[in-house]
Amino acid sequence: MIEIVKYIAVIIILMGALLSLVTTIGLFRLPDTYTRSHAASKSATLGIMAVLSGTALFFWVDKGFLSGRLILGIIFIFVTSPVAGHLIARAAYKTNVPLWEKTVHDDLKGKYDEQEKERRGEQFDS
Amino acid sequence: MKSNDIILQTAAKFVTFIIMIFSFYIFLGGHFGPGGGFVGGLLTSSALVLMLLAFDIKTMSTVIPFDYKLLIPIGLLVALGTGVGSFFFHVPFLTHAFGHFTLPIIGETELATATIFDLGVYLVVVGITMTIIQTIGESE
Repeated sequence: MIEIVKYIAVIIILMGALLSLVTTIGLFRLPDTYTRSHAASKSATLGIMAVLSGTALFFWVDKGFLSGRLILGIIFIFVTSPVAGHLIARAAYKTNVPLWEKTVHDDLKGKYDEQEKERRGEQFDS
Repeated sequence: MKSNDIILQTAAKFVTFIIMIFSFYIFLGGHFGPGGGFVGGLLTSSALVLMLLAFDIKTMSTVIPFDYKLLIPIGLLVALGTGVGSFFFHVPFLTHAFGHFTLPIIGETELATATIFDLGVYLVVVGITMTIIQTIGESE
């Protein structure tokens, strides 16, 4: 039984490493900031969560010790990494980082112009 | 500038809770594992800095109306007090004592006076980090 669960843990950890590799390839291959942020925040999160849960499973079965820190780390990564991706992409859009030239659809077009005008106006007034 | 930061603020409220608990765990577990007063203090101040990033400095000073500069002398006094306290038992300065006690809920635990010294380190680290960051953040 313990050997079977060890192999399951190995498979989960290898899946996580593979997802991290896919993230890196995506960071090199994708054309602009937003698609790269899409690759980095999704697959890296799942990869790290898979590695951490495989490690927690291995230590739980093999050493009989369920690490609360690893479970807390899984929850923490799951909450923070998408928020970080969202903030990076939003900061990029607000500072007028160009989209890929083959982009066909931009829902946020013009939504930030008002704020931009207000910000510039405040800067000129002061 | 008013901006719509609701995702960052909601996530920061939740994550600050986790970081605070983890820093308390690190602080108490420093005797037998990695951790201690310094890392615990840095983690606590990182949780406070995260709240400072999500909200602004005025909101933080109304939520926690406390001068972080006061934490530095309090922590130094606590650390010095553990050293001076050893004079009452006719032992050298900063002598460390420990014993096994039975606490009501937790059961039998080992309590050491090094924890009180660590508490002083913790308070000084939180005070210094928050003072530095708030001073840099306030200057225009």
